Amino acid sequence: MNAIESLKYFIPELVLLGGAFAALTLDFFIKQKKLVGEFSLLVIVLALCLVKPPTQSLPLFFGFFHLDAFAHFFRYLALGAVGVTILISLSYAPLKKRYAGEFYGLFLFMAFALILVATANNLLMIFLAVEFVSMLSYLLVGFLKNDPKSKEAAIKYLLFGSVCSAVMLYGMSFLYGVSGSLDLSVIGNALFYAPFKPLAIMAVLFFFVGLGFKISMAPFHMWAPDVYEGAPTPVTAFLTVAPKALGFAVLARVLVTAFGHFTNVWSPVLVILSILTMTLGNITAISQSNIKRFLAYSSIAQAGYILMGLAVFSLLGRDAILIYLLAYLLTNLGAFTVVLFVGGETQSDSLDAYAGLSKRSPTAAAMFTVFLLSLAGLPPLAGFIGKYYVFAAAIQGNFIMLAVVAAINSAIAAYYYFRVIRLMYLTPATGPAFPAPSKSLTTALWILFLGVLALGVFPSFFITRILG
Amino acid sequence: MTSHILSWIVFTPLIGAVVVLFVPKSVTHWIKWVALLTTGIVMALTCYALTIFQTAQAGFQMVERASWIPQFGVQYLLGTDGISFPMVFLTAIISLVACLASFPHVRVKEGREKEYYFLYLLLETGMMGTFLALDLFLFYVLWEVVLVPMYFLIGIWGGPRREYAAIKFFLYTLAGSLFMLLGILGVYFAAEPHTFDMTQLVGMPRSLLFQQVVFMAFFLGFAIKVPIFPFHTWLPDAHVEAPTPISVILAGVLLKMGTYGFLRFSYPLFPEATHWFQPAMAVLAILGIIYGGFVALAQTDFKKMVAYSSVSHMGFVLLGLAALNANGFRGAMLQMFTHGTITGGLFLLVGVLYDRAHTRDLNDFGGLGAKMPSYAGILTFFALASLGLPGLSGFISEFLALLGSYQYSKVVTGLSTIGIILAAAYLLYMVQRVLLGKLNPKWAGLSDIKTPEVLTLVPLMILILGIGVYPRIILDYMIPTLDGLLKAIKV
Repeated sequence: MNAIESLKYFIPELVLLGGAFAALTLDFFIKQKKLVGEFSLLVIVLALCLVKPPTQSLPLFFGFFHLDAFAHFFRYLALGAVGVTILISLSYAPLKKRYAGEFYGLFLFMAFALILVATANNLLMIFLAVEFVSMLSYLLVGFLKNDPKSKEAAIKYLLFGSVCSAVMLYGMSFLYGVSGSLDLSVIGNALFYAPFKPLAIMAVLFFFVGLGFKISMAPFHMWAPDVYEGAPTPVTAFLTVAPKALGFAVLARVLVTAFGHFTNVWSPVLVILSILTMTLGNITAISQSNIKRFLAYSSIAQAGYILMGLAVFSLLGRDAILIYLLAYLLTNLGAFTVVLFVGGETQSDSLDAYAGLSKRSPTAAAMFTVFLLSLAGLPPLAGFIGKYYVFAAAIQGNFIMLAVVAAINSAIAAYYYFRVIRLMYLTPATGPAFPAPSKSLTTALWILFLGVLALGVFPSFFITRILG
Repeated sequence: MTSHILSWIVFTPLIGAVVVLFVPKSVTHWIKWVALLTTGIVMALTCYALTIFQTAQAGFQMVERASWIPQFGVQYLLGTDGISFPMVFLTAIISLVACLASFPHVRVKEGREKEYYFLYLLLETGMMGTFLALDLFLFYVLWEVVLVPMYFLIGIWGGPRREYAAIKFFLYTLAGSLFMLLGILGVYFAAEPHTFDMTQLVGMPRSLLFQQVVFMAFFLGFAIKVPIFPFHTWLPDAHVEAPTPISVILAGVLLKMGTYGFLRFSYPLFPEATHWFQPAMAVLAILGIIYGGFVALAQTDFKKMVAYSSVSHMGFVLLGLAALNANGFRGAMLQMFTHGTITGGLFLLVGVLYDRAHTRDLNDFGGLGAKMPSYAGILTFFALASLGLPGLSGFISEFLALLGSYQYSKVVTGLSTIGIILAAAYLLYMVQRVLLGKLNPKWAGLSDIKTPEVLTLVPLMILILGIGVYPRIILDYMIPTLDGLLKAIKV
């Protein structure tokens, strides 16, 4: 499909791009920066309304992008994540001092970039789209430029990210050398021939480095706690879900399309990495005393569970990734919304700030409890459905060892999630009650809370829509 | 309503819980009445279900079926039979009694009543659902729903070491149930067609190795809940630290979820593995009976003594289960019911004393028999019921369990009877230390048990006496189902 024909399938993305530039321009003229945020929110809603499910797999722009049901799901995910992030950013105090307008503009670009990642079906496009997301992430992490922690996080992220991207690029060069093409399906066919096997193995491992960094897979997860701690809270919330989800999307696409013939090679590697990721994340999370670091390690562990779906490599495994990502997105954004609220009231991200939260703000405490329980994978909440899916995929594929390790990990995880719940409910309050959260925070909280509950109680509604 | 009676039983408490949440601040004192009303309605619904229950029928009754997650063939499937119905009845009555016992509880009254009764009613929904679900997925969900309210109920309103006890209870049970989840998934994928439906899963052929592996996965989940000997360490902590009404629920209902799981799921799904595991089950039963008895004998804390006596008495349930014959099953099933009523009553009595004396140290008491005559009478009644005095229900159930095990192995039975002697020892020793002897002058001001407290105990006493004198009032409900089960697992 040529460029002109493709455009009509690309309208939401164009709206986003136009909106992003408009938001940057608006920033020059409008004093009330909150309006820019509300404008950006409007753009996201508009894009959401314009997104139409593709009836078949569409090779847009000469096959550079593939718009299929898989990519379509990630469009929703990306737009939803960006939308909620903008919504909660409206109540983020440190942002109000300056540059708020740019912040929202950058997020609209981010939404655009994420959709590119989801649809990219060509090595060049994949690299460019992933780098686009990375660049924006570096900027957003370092956004509070007077905060030394934020600066440190941005530099760390940049250095780590560049190295990983470079390694991935090196791997891509092998693939191009083998097949003479940048198109994933052509590469997949070329790799079918035996002599290329060693090269293909090298390439797949290099891909694991580059994308493993994005999804915070061990042993490439070291950046995550520092960056998540230092970044502005809404950005942290966003980084723990959206780029990670899209990282999984592109990893799944590459593995299926280009390396589909080498399952027996990369599947065991992923099993080991999955076990390593969840175990490291869970064990380290136990001893954290900063809520953002705490959730950072928890999100590393969650990545380990999602990797199970990929490692199993079956139809059910693919479904598991999608469902888990949706559940994780709702839950983690919800948890960070509470973190943002409490952080705003106490000026602290320390776990101690949560002592007696059930007294100081009963609603926030109750919702945080629900989000933490969902992260722990307890029914009838969203996280359970996700966990159920990955466990089912593992059992169906006869990966018993993996399933057992994941079960033990879940029990460990419950321990540290309950540490926070204990603080909120069983420890006496250290200060007076909080005022009610702002309107935007309340809206975000309720949307996410109801989402977590709905996905847990009526999963079939979501499953039908996601998987068809 | 008749056709959805089981759903009403399961979800009435949830409705009540939501109502509790919306009770305005100005009328907080209504909350407990809403809770009592709700548990009362559930009791009434259960009694209504009792009237339409067909005793002679072995299969599932009052079945409700609806599709829930069609992608996995998960159904909303409720049904009851002679195994689950007595448990539902027990849950209803224990919940009602414990709700009434929550009223005067000092830590509950201190505030946060809304949270307490909300969680309490949520807990009841979970318990009822666990006993009525016939879809493995639904069962797992409801089984887990019990955990979280329990964590908070122990953790917020418990004794000095409540935080430790609460998290220990939670993690133990969760770890066990996660393995059960893997087992459930194994059963699901091994079944052709894939299903969670118990009515279809029973009778499907499974290889012995598969049965053994999955049986062990289920075993972990159930054994921790019962608790069976090496997994019992959470029990004394949780029972002792929990507030009185919650101890009653724990001992009265939660422990039965484990043994119920064996009868409902493990045995019919894995008959060959059940026979393979029979000797191990018998050994575990003896260990529990004797170990629990000796440890109970050594306790100086009243509540801890009752808690360990639970380990010993639940051992008789396992003994009956291990026998794999008609008498054994009847004994096990009846013991589940009677232990719920007797031990529930004992925990209530511990609470009555603790509320007055603020200590549970057995050696500190003495001579209360003269000071609190009504209390002494009731305590003696429950102690005698617990040690298996003929004419009270504990005797019938333990006798049947021993009768069953005698047909299986004389050695096992012989060793188990040690437990009965131990029970007599620790219970009478307790009665002696609390009621007899010289009155400690410290307790001269203690008042006797009051009418509201007696009210919580009377329903239990009626059941204990009734079953003890004429056990058929309950056995008739159980026997057809148990005999059917026995036939189904015959190898």
